[in-house]
Amino acid sequence: MPETFQDFDAVVVGAGPAGSTAALVLARAGRRVALLERGPYPGSKNMYGGVVYGRVLDGLLPAWWDEVPAQRWVTRRSTMVLTPTQALSVDFRTQAWGSPPYNGCTTLRPDFDRWLAGKAEEAGAVLITSTTATGLLRQGTRTVGVRTDRPQGDLRAPVVVACDGVNSFLAKEAGLYHHPEPEHFTLGVKEVLGLPRHEVEKRFALQGDEGMDIEILGGTGPVPGGGFLYTNLDSIAVGVVLHLPALAASRRRPEDLIADLKAHPAIAPLVAGGDLKEFSAHLIPEGGYEAMPGVVADGLLVAGDAAGLCLAAGLWLEGVNFAIASGQAAAEAAIEALRSGDSSAAGLAGYRRRLEASFVLQDHKKLRRAPGLVLSERVQHQYPKALCDVVEALFTVDNPAPKRGALRAARAVGKNDGVRLRDLARDLYTMARTFG
Amino acid sequence: MSDPERIPDIDFEDRMASVEFRVAATAHITVDGDACRGCTTKACVTACPARLFVPTSDGGILFNYEQCFECGTCYLVCNRAGAITWAYPEGGHGVAFRRS
Repeated sequence: MPETFQDFDAVVVGAGPAGSTAALVLARAGRRVALLERGPYPGSKNMYGGVVYGRVLDGLLPAWWDEVPAQRWVTRRSTMVLTPTQALSVDFRTQAWGSPPYNGCTTLRPDFDRWLAGKAEEAGAVLITSTTATGLLRQGTRTVGVRTDRPQGDLRAPVVVACDGVNSFLAKEAGLYHHPEPEHFTLGVKEVLGLPRHEVEKRFALQGDEGMDIEILGGTGPVPGGGFLYTNLDSIAVGVVLHLPALAASRRRPEDLIADLKAHPAIAPLVAGGDLKEFSAHLIPEGGYEAMPGVVADGLLVAGDAAGLCLAAGLWLEGVNFAIASGQAAAEAAIEALRSGDSSAAGLAGYRRRLEASFVLQDHKKLRRAPGLVLSERVQHQYPKALCDVVEALFTVDNPAPKRGALRAARAVGKNDGVRLRDLARDLYTMARTFG
Repeated sequence: MSDPERIPDIDFEDRMASVEFRVAATAHITVDGDACRGCTTKACVTACPARLFVPTSDGGILFNYEQCFECGTCYLVCNRAGAITWAYPEGGHGVAFRRS
């Protein structure tokens, strides 16, 4: 590598979970690292459904649960299937998730992201807020730093880690995105509604710092997607995730779709009287494994949402954990490259290998058929209706007619709701391969 | 919408008033009005969660950038290549979520 002045060993762009983790790991290894954040504070640009699954933090920050700014620890998780007039829930509770080492917590991103960025700062990273990275500094095709919107704001470093979120202009500038297609994104819109703490606990049958997480299928009207409802300490987060091309084609307004969900008879009593504290919107990279951009280039690594690492796969809705793990893997690969003095794509190739070997890409590979399946018309509308109709037929007591039994009810409903056995068999097979 | 039992939804202005925006002096969105006049879908108008895009009587688009969530929906749903140019606002400006 030619001897040029370097401001830092690494510049990390974006102080979300991926960037702060990358900065933390690099700083701990004694590397000079800048952590750029375009917002006035970490988390100011970030929005998510509401749950952080913290197992990924065990190795990085032992006993993190003693200090993470959690709202509630999720001990109750419900998957709800809706039709306009029906609701079927699988509702699970375990006290095991309510004590260390816990499973997941609801937390507000300005709190969580500031906390994690603070850990990077304690380790020696230099957090620079209110500074937008406006582009890559390049020598030929090689990234040698970033430009910022500060006067004389160029920062040079042998490694840049782009954790600049779902729109990642840096990864696009490096040519790592072939062509971002709207079908690989969903729009999440959310309302945080204030409710007294005792009211949250009464409505969701919670005690102390226990929390609930409800995932909803079939509650987004004509637009494929999903709904969610999470409990914070003295507020709830309710929202919808909407497939972008279908949202555009439907001409429906995102906030109207939240309003429809909130008006559903199964949801309305849970959200009634909630006082709007904040409305928010954010894109989610939902293309999964098949739509991932390149994550390594000369002098450049891409992590978190910027790398399309997010699972919105029906049963599992995760993103922050993948961001943290990918940020860690990027930092470890960068440390290796810095040690060997080779931060070319070949020198940084350890990043992709680390992702492949970890749950990050193993989960994404396993669930690569999930986006198409979960957003299909059958899973969005036909099966929810058929499931609800079967259960309704099963539990409707229509004496003097004798009971039909589950199988006969299912057959009648399937025929009535237009479920084709061939499609069902194929979808069940895909589900078994994906979720099994 | 006609359900008489239904609690009236939040007024859109009240909805946006719940969000803090630190407005930059310059716009981070630019729109090519000529391209918009030839556009039949104008998907940005309905899809933008902040309702920043408004159709004008001459077939163009009027927009403001002040209450932008910086989500990126507009340029992704735009069917006219390059009609919406979009970058992040100047550092320290734009949306500042508090409870997301």
